[in-house]
Amino acid sequence: MTAPAAERPRSAAAPRTGGTVDAAGPERGAFATLAHGLRLAPEFREGLLVTLLLALLSTAGRVVVPVAVQQTIDRGLSGPTPDTGLVRTACLLAAAAVLVTAGANYAMNVRLYRTTENGLAALRVRGFRRVHDLSVLHQAAERRGSLVSRVTSDVDTISTFMQWGGLLVLVSTAQMLLATVLMLVWSWQLTLLVYACFLPLFLGVRFFQARLASAYLTVRERMGELLGAVAESVVGAQVIRAHAVEARTAERVDTAVEATRAAQVRAQTIAAATYSSGELTAAFANGAVVVVGVLLGIDGDITTGRLVGFLFLVTLFIQPVQVATELLNEAQNAVAGLRRVLGVLDTPTDVADPAQGRPLPPGPVGVVFDHVAFAYPGGPEVVHDVDLAIAPRTRVAVVGETGSGKTTLAKLVTRLMDPTRGRVLLSGVPLDEVAFSSLRSRVVMVPQDGFLFDATVADNVRYGRADATDDEVEAAFLELGLGDWLAGLPDGVATAVGERGESLSVGERQLVAIARAYVADPDLLVLDEATSAVDPATEVRLQRALDALTRGRTTLAIAHRLSTAEGADEVLVVDKGEVVQRGPHAELVDVPGVYARLHASWVAPHR
Amino acid sequence: MTTKPPPGVLRRGFGVLWVAVKEQPRIFTVAAVGSFVFAVTTIGQAYVFGAVTDRVIVPSIERGEAETSALALAFLAIMLVATLKVAGIIARRLGAGIMQYRLQAGYRQRVTRRYLTLPFAWHQRHPTGELLSNAGSDVEATWSPIAPFPFAVGVVVMLVGTLGLLVVTDPVLALVGSVVFPLIAWLTVVYSRRMSPLMTRAQQLRGEVSGIAHESFDGALVVKTLGRETSETERFTAKAHELRDTMIRVGRLRGLFDPVIEALPSLGVLVVLLVGTARVGSGAIDAGQLVRVAYLFTLLAFPVRAIGWVLNELPRSVVGWDRVQRVLTASGSQEHGDARLTGARGAALSVAGARFAYGDAEVLHGVDLEVAPGRTVAVVGPTGSGKSTLATLLVRLVDPAQGVVRLDGTDARDLAAGEVARAAALVPQSTFLFDDTVRGNVTLGADVPDEDVWAALRLAQADGFVAALGSGLDTVVGERGTTLSGGQRQRLALARAVVRRPRLLVLDDATSAVDPQVEQRILAGLRASDAGSTVVVVAYRQATIALADEVVFLDRGVVADRGTHAALSARSAGYRDLVTAYERVTDEVIA
Repeated sequence: MTAPAAERPRSAAAPRTGGTVDAAGPERGAFATLAHGLRLAPEFREGLLVTLLLALLSTAGRVVVPVAVQQTIDRGLSGPTPDTGLVRTACLLAAAAVLVTAGANYAMNVRLYRTTENGLAALRVRGFRRVHDLSVLHQAAERRGSLVSRVTSDVDTISTFMQWGGLLVLVSTAQMLLATVLMLVWSWQLTLLVYACFLPLFLGVRFFQARLASAYLTVRERMGELLGAVAESVVGAQVIRAHAVEARTAERVDTAVEATRAAQVRAQTIAAATYSSGELTAAFANGAVVVVGVLLGIDGDITTGRLVGFLFLVTLFIQPVQVATELLNEAQNAVAGLRRVLGVLDTPTDVADPAQGRPLPPGPVGVVFDHVAFAYPGGPEVVHDVDLAIAPRTRVAVVGETGSGKTTLAKLVTRLMDPTRGRVLLSGVPLDEVAFSSLRSRVVMVPQDGFLFDATVADNVRYGRADATDDEVEAAFLELGLGDWLAGLPDGVATAVGERGESLSVGERQLVAIARAYVADPDLLVLDEATSAVDPATEVRLQRALDALTRGRTTLAIAHRLSTAEGADEVLVVDKGEVVQRGPHAELVDVPGVYARLHASWVAPHR
Repeated sequence: MTTKPPPGVLRRGFGVLWVAVKEQPRIFTVAAVGSFVFAVTTIGQAYVFGAVTDRVIVPSIERGEAETSALALAFLAIMLVATLKVAGIIARRLGAGIMQYRLQAGYRQRVTRRYLTLPFAWHQRHPTGELLSNAGSDVEATWSPIAPFPFAVGVVVMLVGTLGLLVVTDPVLALVGSVVFPLIAWLTVVYSRRMSPLMTRAQQLRGEVSGIAHESFDGALVVKTLGRETSETERFTAKAHELRDTMIRVGRLRGLFDPVIEALPSLGVLVVLLVGTARVGSGAIDAGQLVRVAYLFTLLAFPVRAIGWVLNELPRSVVGWDRVQRVLTASGSQEHGDARLTGARGAALSVAGARFAYGDAEVLHGVDLEVAPGRTVAVVGPTGSGKSTLATLLVRLVDPAQGVVRLDGTDARDLAAGEVARAAALVPQSTFLFDDTVRGNVTLGADVPDEDVWAALRLAQADGFVAALGSGLDTVVGERGTTLSGGQRQRLALARAVVRRPRLLVLDDATSAVDPQVEQRILAGLRASDAGSTVVVVAYRQATIALADEVVFLDRGVVADRGTHAALSARSAGYRDLVTAYERVTDEVIA
């Protein structure tokens, strides 16, 4: 009796996202990755033993049921008249076995789903948290897309594999072991024969698998290129029409589509060949078992019934081999996905919350740069030996050309990055000894782009202080002199700002970001430069709001427009990573130097 | 994909399958025949094993001697039927694969062709993500039932044959068969009906989980600087757990279905044996016939599920098909005349009574504009006044709802296809770079000598940083290439426009990310170049405006005033407020 092996045609390689692997440390093999995954997410291990026992039970059922049917036929129907009583009893027993198998199968399925989904959810959440704990160096904009895939599509890949393949692998492996044991009991000679027949396949499978894996990899790469080409025709719609390059774009898409199709067919061909070689090997083994089995039977080494049963066991034995090749692609995707997720979890948090952190002393904050230098990993030093002190309540403007290092100073004073040399001290406490809870509530930075979350204005302001009521949020806008702007919004503070705040203009987003910093009520405020695309009318409001916000606090403003510098208590002029000038605007503007030059080039076209 | 499966999904799903068969009849036939061969040889294998057992194994062992020829024959018969089966498998799998991939490829090409012919206004109405998934996952979903489809067709043919055989053998056993097999197919349908809303929900939740991650990571700096990591993680956890719980429900349903569908044929065989034994007892059939029927049952149990796989994929397929069709049947393409432009230097531009609306919201309420050849005009106006829309009208990315845009006195709609693009170039606000080399991004495939590319780069003040890139003009930029800053990207886009020596150059705030000093040099270079281009520049910065021959003040969708910068500053309060805002800020802070 030859049951068709469990095969399920499916389309190869769904399109996948994800780019660079954020691997920390050496790349692990598949098993090491799994083991590491189990260590990092122990949820996967919960109740694993019972699940395995159930798998064994349901596999045993798979073997027992056909055997029971076989026995019923052989014993009940072999005589001249059928033995009705025997058939009935045998059928009832077999039915009971079927039901027990089904029950065990159900319980195993449910348990497996629960465990894996629990584990995957835990991986997702831990990965998410780790991404936020990474320093800004790891959160660079161009890597965000791939960081998102770490907690989404990569985890989904593992989940897909668990759904379709995990069960099958589990059951198949058990089936193969069980079949071997039974085969050994019935005839060790034939068992050896079967293994000898399969030996070339076992060896060959590795070869096929390697080719198949590389074929699937090619499919994924081509698919990525295809989606990229399609994206060009969509995202570049304006440019394509403006320069009438439709034909060229269509050609690029066609090439990518055709390359993808060819790669898919190639992978499918290899898969079909692999599967077929399994089928032929099974037939060869069966034929050999018949020939050798009959010869053994003549010598009295095996009975007819056992020989026929043995042929059935060979079928049970071949299935897992075929399943293995079928599932290879998804298994590899899953391991690769897991490896990438673990890569994030393994990335050390380079700027970490100190274990025994101290709070900042109460009151206004003074800032000291103690011979601070900074270099991006693998890059040249961008800040050299900055050594200065800023008194509490001073409003300082930091000016300098693009790339002079002024934003780096802002990131160092907020401990988004740690200096490579020297220390930064706030109110006399070294920054890396300050507890994050204290640091983030007392030191607030308003970044260049006032990023807003897809929620209401009030919700966004509450990112600054979680317990602020709508009334308090409204009051904050009034105190910042933005009452008229707020009144112009359709629903006041309850106005939804849209995805990334895109219902508001860039300048308006900045206003909300400033209100967010205002309710946080920081003692040290760091303002990164306002964006250049703000329209002039909003710019006026922005300046007023900033003025209200900075009053009475220690403020470090990275200045884009020199108007900020003119209004500050003190100006720090940064040039090529060093503070080259320092003093009030009025003093600096007439001294020949970097500041006077900057000022002149700014004023010229405006007056 | 969050759409619920539409009603009548089975009927419509078969419609999609029919389309597939009509488009790829030959390869479908190969796959279906292969599938049939597979099914028949599967039965044949059982028959051969039965024959080998009865005629070779049993007699040989009973007699205590074996004929070599009989053993060789048995071996050959087993190998022969397996070879036929393998041929069937290869034809079926490869055929189904080739069919599926051809359909995917064909529809991806059709969809992108459509993207390229649909007018820009259509693109503006459809989010990028949606269009990408139309060509990607929707096409894939549409043809997902194709993989198991030929298999299922072969199985149906075999099923009909089997039932015929059963009827001939014994009507009572046929009755059992006609209950069990439809029951399996029916259960599969019930399962997919119950499953599809759950899967849809899971898909939706995946989207939401991804949305939170996207947003949260994009706002990572805000999250970090305000110390909100924990509350963000809580927000993410809640959604991740919702997804987990849905997936566990999926698992329960599937965990129930799989064992039931596996147990049914076994139970069916047992019923056949019980009933059959009675029939043998009453002499209606003989034991051999009963055994053959019992075998057929076990053999068919697995292939019957192929029908279920097809049915399972149908809802997804129909949803995908609908979404793909929405693109393919989208109406609207720009009509072109056959007029040509003959001028060589700056183009004359005129806009008369142009109105334009996005949906119900009209943004241009009758704009009139005349620009003489070779002149530089600055378009100034507050946010939302319609400047960018006007810019897209000028190069005929969109057509006005009313009114007319003329180039050299010819209505842009009467010009031949590609004629406007040949004469006019727009550099948009947001830059798009192709995944290509610097050269490719500037020439866009046109045959341009390198010195011209360098000249264009020089004019756009981009030659310096391009020369510093690893491979100069051959450096790959764009999505998978070198990362460029916003200002660098803008300058490349500008070079791309300049290299085409446009007679009309429209700059839509195209230098916003460029340092003011560099911007000055670019604009001065454009004016000094010998092309004599007409230039329309949308601008904020006063310095930029100052370089224009004339300023057009656009306010709330109409031209509020026009004249030199000095004249407008003197007589228009709105204009003055807008362009002098920076100075007032400075004065207030100083005061």
